[in-house]
Amino acid sequence: MRAAIYYKIKKSTINTLIHLFLISVTVICLYPLLWMVSSSLKTQETVFKDFSLIPHQLHLNNYVLAWQEGGFGRCFLNSIFYTATVVVGIVIIASLAAYAFSRLKFPGKNVLFIMFIAAMMIPIPGSFVALYVLLNKLHLRNTPVGYILAMINVGLSVSIFLLKTFFDKMPKELEDAARMDGCSKLGIWWHVALPLAKPVLAVVVVFNTLAVWNEYILALIIFDSRQFMPLQVAIKLFQGEFVTNYPLLMAGLTIAALPVIIVYLVMQKYIVKGVTSGAIYG
Amino acid sequence: MRIKNILENYLFITPAVLIFAIFYIIPFIYVFRLGFYDWDGIVPLKDAVFVGFANFKEMLFQDPSWWQAMRNAGWVTIIALIFQNAIAFLLAWACDREIKMKNFYRVIFFIPPVLSEIVVGMVWRFIINDVEGANMINRMLTAIGLPNLVHSWLNDPNTALTTVAIVHSWKGFGWGFLIFLAGLQAIPSELYEAAHIDGANAWRSFKNITVPLMMPVIILVSILTVLGTMQAFVLIIGLVGGEFAGHTSVPVLRILAVMRDSSRFGYACAQGISFGTILVIISFIQYRFSKERQPKTA
Repeated sequence: MRAAIYYKIKKSTINTLIHLFLISVTVICLYPLLWMVSSSLKTQETVFKDFSLIPHQLHLNNYVLAWQEGGFGRCFLNSIFYTATVVVGIVIIASLAAYAFSRLKFPGKNVLFIMFIAAMMIPIPGSFVALYVLLNKLHLRNTPVGYILAMINVGLSVSIFLLKTFFDKMPKELEDAARMDGCSKLGIWWHVALPLAKPVLAVVVVFNTLAVWNEYILALIIFDSRQFMPLQVAIKLFQGEFVTNYPLLMAGLTIAALPVIIVYLVMQKYIVKGVTSGAIYG
Repeated sequence: MRIKNILENYLFITPAVLIFAIFYIIPFIYVFRLGFYDWDGIVPLKDAVFVGFANFKEMLFQDPSWWQAMRNAGWVTIIALIFQNAIAFLLAWACDREIKMKNFYRVIFFIPPVLSEIVVGMVWRFIINDVEGANMINRMLTAIGLPNLVHSWLNDPNTALTTVAIVHSWKGFGWGFLIFLAGLQAIPSELYEAAHIDGANAWRSFKNITVPLMMPVIILVSILTVLGTMQAFVLIIGLVGGEFAGHTSVPVLRILAVMRDSSRFGYACAQGISFGTILVIISFIQYRFSKERQPKTA
């Protein structure tokens, strides 16, 4: 009896300690973000005096200023445009290729697939140097098209790999039935394979969305004109220009961070899946 | 009919192969060619001067700034390997049991990894930079009675790099956490129960069951940490602003500066080739190591 009570106390002490540890890490994770949002709602005068997380007065004006005068509105739309086009591009191009690698026969199939996988494994740090030269040659530098194509390439290999792994495990019966009904190969890809691949497509979409939205270095070397820049590059420039206006800067950072946090919270199930499966095999 | 069939199949891979060829293969070849040239990026490429291995020799023997960047990246990587992964493992171990709010913690710990390095760098800069006493860390140190530890963390060459490493760990531990947690959850609970019946205490079963079975996962996370951290540089742009006279310079920042500030495209490519080779060798060694250590049963 006494042993049981002792055991219970010991267990609840351990549990309390574990919760304390987890909660303190939670606070360390969230505090900087809450501080960012809170500071974005203060003014230049109050931000260095009012250290509470909940500002005494809410100044939404910083968001209006950042959006209009900081040029954030334009860059925000740029980011959305790049993210949407690149992700749609990757989904279509990668799923077509993955389907072919998994189901169709053609000479050179293995060599080509190995090339994509090798590209996924071999890091070329500084490949942006060559990409800069190439895009200049093609007259695609400082154009949205150049950036979109380069970004599609960045996400292509891993997406092909994930989708091919999925197609390999997919039962063939439905495709056979569709073929009997006279469906073309493209028709089967579109009407049968893609709908079945929804779970893995979600993983592909989430990871590429985050990657494109957060991308910095290619955008930095590709764009000279502000009108084309995505948020991540614009915000760094913005910091140089409004160096002392911290609430305004924090408003800009909140605008840049909020979409990914929302996408993450909505789709977090797929992120966990991607990290635990994709990382282990990739 | 057969040929038509094959051509039709090629249609499926043509877009992928085209983009891959133009934006991966050609730059890949460019990097390897340019590494042997001296080129300022302005004169036509055909007028670039062939210099053989001169770029590589310069990097190896005459460029202390390159080696400083390598050392810095090594230091950040060591801190990430030990500190960040230890935290990640501890958190995963803490979450691998029947506790309340398990899912809540899991969701929160992966927020930093989904944020952009620019955002993370700039937010942390605001928190630990010395602007008009807004430095949160310093204010906390003062509040808990340690005012003599107050320090301008990012402006002091001695602490700037370690500060970068800690913010990097803040941003990155969620990856390791998720992978470790998946690994821990894959260990069958019967093993622990059997060990418990045999009288093994918590430490013994941790040492004899958890660690050996988790070894492949630990090595995987280590490989990902080394490859990711050695190549990290955007966070430094956000947090410090740049190389800080070399104190927070890392290889990719060097490559970027050599290309953009010094307009030495050939030299930048030579550095990229060498650094990429080093990364491939590191991951290969770690991979081999993991094969040897893998338990036979797993």
